[in-house]
Amino acid sequence: MKFTAEQLARSMSRISGPFAVMLLVALALWPALRRPVKADERAASPLPLVYASPLELQLSPDGARLYVLCQQTEEVRVLDARTYAAVKAIPVGHVPRGMALSVSGDRLFVTNSWDDTLSVIDTSALAVIATWNVGAEPSGVVEDRAGNQIFVANRISNDIAVLDARTGVEKKRLLAGRGASYLTLSPDGKRIYATHVYPNATPHRTAPASEITVIDTERAMVVERMPLPGVAGVFHLALSADGRLGAAAEYHPKNLIPLAHLEHGGAFAYTLTLFGADVGKPVEIPLDELERYASQPFGVAISPDKSRLYVTAGGSECVLAIDVARLLRFVHTRPRPASGSFANDLSASANYIVTRIPVGHNPRGLAFSPDGHRLYVANRLEDTISIIDPRTNRVTSTVALDGPKVVSALRRGEQTFYTARYSFQGQIGCASCHIDSTFDGLQWDLEPDGFGRDIVDNRLIEDLKGTEPFKWNGGNPDIPTECGPRTEMYFWRSEQYDGRVLADLALYMRGLPARPNRWRLPDGELTPSQERGKALFERAVDRFGKPIPETNRCSYCHSGPKGTSQKSFDVGTKKPTDNSGLLDTPQLTNTALTAPYLHDGSARTLEEIWTVYNPEDKHGRTNDLTKDELNDLIEYLRTR
Amino acid sequence: MMKSVHNRAWAMLAVVACLWLAVPQGIAAQKTPAKNVAATAQRPHRLAAPQMPLFRFENFTTQNGLPDNHVYAVLVDGDRIWAGTENGLAVYENHAWKTYTTKDGLAHRAVLSLALDKRTGDVWAGTMGGLSRISAGRIESYTQLNSGLSNDVVYGVSVEGDNVWVATAAGACSLNQHTGQWSLYNERNTPMIEIWVYGVSAAADKVYFAVWGSGLLELDQTTGRWDKYEDPDGETELVLFKDQGLIHEIVSSVSYVDKIVWAATYFGDSRYDGRYWHNFLTKDSGLPSNFTNFVKGVDANRAWFCTDKGLAYYDGTNWAVYRPSLTDGKPEMTVRDAQGRVTSIPVTTAPAHNYMLGIDFQGSDIWVATAKGLSHGIFQHQGNPTEVKEKN
Repeated sequence: MKFTAEQLARSMSRISGPFAVMLLVALALWPALRRPVKADERAASPLPLVYASPLELQLSPDGARLYVLCQQTEEVRVLDARTYAAVKAIPVGHVPRGMALSVSGDRLFVTNSWDDTLSVIDTSALAVIATWNVGAEPSGVVEDRAGNQIFVANRISNDIAVLDARTGVEKKRLLAGRGASYLTLSPDGKRIYATHVYPNATPHRTAPASEITVIDTERAMVVERMPLPGVAGVFHLALSADGRLGAAAEYHPKNLIPLAHLEHGGAFAYTLTLFGADVGKPVEIPLDELERYASQPFGVAISPDKSRLYVTAGGSECVLAIDVARLLRFVHTRPRPASGSFANDLSASANYIVTRIPVGHNPRGLAFSPDGHRLYVANRLEDTISIIDPRTNRVTSTVALDGPKVVSALRRGEQTFYTARYSFQGQIGCASCHIDSTFDGLQWDLEPDGFGRDIVDNRLIEDLKGTEPFKWNGGNPDIPTECGPRTEMYFWRSEQYDGRVLADLALYMRGLPARPNRWRLPDGELTPSQERGKALFERAVDRFGKPIPETNRCSYCHSGPKGTSQKSFDVGTKKPTDNSGLLDTPQLTNTALTAPYLHDGSARTLEEIWTVYNPEDKHGRTNDLTKDELNDLIEYLRTR
Repeated sequence: MMKSVHNRAWAMLAVVACLWLAVPQGIAAQKTPAKNVAATAQRPHRLAAPQMPLFRFENFTTQNGLPDNHVYAVLVDGDRIWAGTENGLAVYENHAWKTYTTKDGLAHRAVLSLALDKRTGDVWAGTMGGLSRISAGRIESYTQLNSGLSNDVVYGVSVEGDNVWVATAAGACSLNQHTGQWSLYNERNTPMIEIWVYGVSAAADKVYFAVWGSGLLELDQTTGRWDKYEDPDGETELVLFKDQGLIHEIVSSVSYVDKIVWAATYFGDSRYDGRYWHNFLTKDSGLPSNFTNFVKGVDANRAWFCTDKGLAYYDGTNWAVYRPSLTDGKPEMTVRDAQGRVTSIPVTTAPAHNYMLGIDFQGSDIWVATAKGLSHGIFQHQGNPTEVKEKN
């Protein structure tokens, strides 16, 4: 029941005195007094609905149970793997991301990416028996076969923690790639393969580079870093049961050329890197086809008999089925490019992709039943599990998880964010560059400013409210402008959003929260170094006692709770390729995570903003600072 | 100077020999088993030199794979040997050398110091242009421009727990590998007067810094308290108060092992047990020179000293010196016992050069960085009780 202002005014004119007051009070309390709403009503209301959002799947060793990691409801749902009946829902920590079973299946490990904890679940009792502290934004997890050590990939600290499997005590951390996220134990248990979602640092305006980090399980040491040239964004990795074939799902962005070439395959290739005895030297093969892309590959599974390889394409809403024998034939017979990569050969995939299997919104994790007769796929933004028969490559059933039966505007916005359906040949979606709704660590050459002009660094999109305008030149006053016609014209080059789709997308964008800041102390206090840095950030006088003009203080441009005055300034960072030096003041939200820095990503670290790119003190008065003071200033900025 | 010391030693040796002849032979035999010092049979007297490790040296230069003969630092990592040279970081594995250069991401071609993170296997290299981390072939470099590193000239590096401790030409600093936070230590927040920090040695309880001109600095990790150890006589050229403190202000290297500090200076060396100092000078020890570039303790009692006139080993009582002869370049080994008796041990090999810059241990073997090549000292005495084992 709703009132319009006109209806309310008409009613009030007929009612007077205390009764009118009572009515007003009742109206004010109305939301609290009204009956429980139905789902379809709530879908239209601003109250967020909580969806299961299944992200990862695990089968128990006997194949009887299916463990479903539900990211939004923050629980592991246990299903009967044959009837799909719900057995139990086990609450875990905040924003769970990774899940793995012990070899015997007696313990299930879940990483909670916003809590920085690991939940240990007893699979007999179906209850959490321990919660251990781990590193920043834990993601992938595996236990070694001996049950001695647990390995956890920490996305923010870019490392892999090694824990004592009995006590959870961290023994050490191994350097991994930037955004360390997914771990795979080799079938013989001797090696762990780690991937990472952001590229490792490379010189400015050179091709990105990533790696597969190979760990000796027993020694818990990195023994190899398999290079992935040109790759930025590596997700799950699978190994065949005989250990001879490995495959990692990855993005191969083409960010060194103008994005105008989307029509010519110029934005992304989505690929697998194959390695192992079956292929010899690692080789990169495309998943894209001539006129349709396999956007945002995520999960990989190889059938127990090694006849098929499956990849979920989150943005394309499908599962790719690959014939392994044909794939290996291709790899061994097709002359390899000098780069070792077939990423740009859109004709290649016809040689090994058998079919695309349509599934739900944003398919992510997938898992085989032990006998290989069923392939389970988690459709994250649809709250369903697709069950595929690998013999026919068809979905035999779709299991709906408990939860809201309607799709809210927020949910629709998230679906729009992740899908590639709006772009030319389904090549990219927002999430192609904003991995897991964050960023990609890359710099792009967008068309509106001219080819080769105004190279821009991709910015974080957390907690955007109060940070308008958008774009580095401040040209987009609000999210609908940022995400609307210009995106459609210069990014998608295809279908136009209708008004509702854009409104939903803007709603989702506005609601993206900031991840917890890992540099702040739990009590909110600042360390002595951070406190000194804060004073420098806010100072009005330099070390020689000379007043710093207000416009040249850190806190002037980077003002307010988000660290932006929402105005543009020229801070002396204009490059010869830039059309203007006037730049939007970027917000400081979680700035520690977003290297590289400056509008074009030329500063590889926070330090370089001032040690290299501020020779004339136009980007704040900083050249009087000692090294100690600059370090303090940076320690403070990391808390923002 | 050396000659007078030698003469005095022989004179003392003669006196001691007379006394020794009066001692029951059974006791003497117990103390010096004949089999251990075969070379003494050739000597014109009946004294046995103390058992000291005998090595066969194999030397590496540019002739057999090293990128440069100026080797500033050496690090043993299991079967791998890392050599920090003036022209790259070389690693010896499976009988072959591989060199990392700035093209691979190394901060600078001249590698001055090396440290191993034993937990992860990562190698940290201090260079003339920053600090590099070599992790399974991937190199990340930290400079004063791109990080919180205090200065690009990194003389020393040490890894303890999650922290990397760094000695630079502008103070010391540490990097917390978990948080990425750099902490700087200099004249503003420590008792450091000069800021040329030449060496650092870190353990869980304490961190020691060798500061050129500012003595030895101690950071107690549990309390955060700093202590400073200086030459008590304050005289650069004199030692007025021997064993009453650090031998000299110009400290070039420090090694903290088994809660014992071994400090090297350009004017002698020191051992400190937290209460008592014991200093070493050429005039009263087996040191071949007071000018010491590097020291590495084996344990609380034993240490190796890299001087400009040879490599010295101290076993807590006796000394051995390994070098090419200063006069004719021929291989030379001398042993000095507690009484100051110096014995020449016939050897056929020697380290590549007298000017020693670094040492590390590989089981009973040693690897030595010199100004003209890298030397592998292959232990010869089987079952020798002075077996070298790294403790730190």
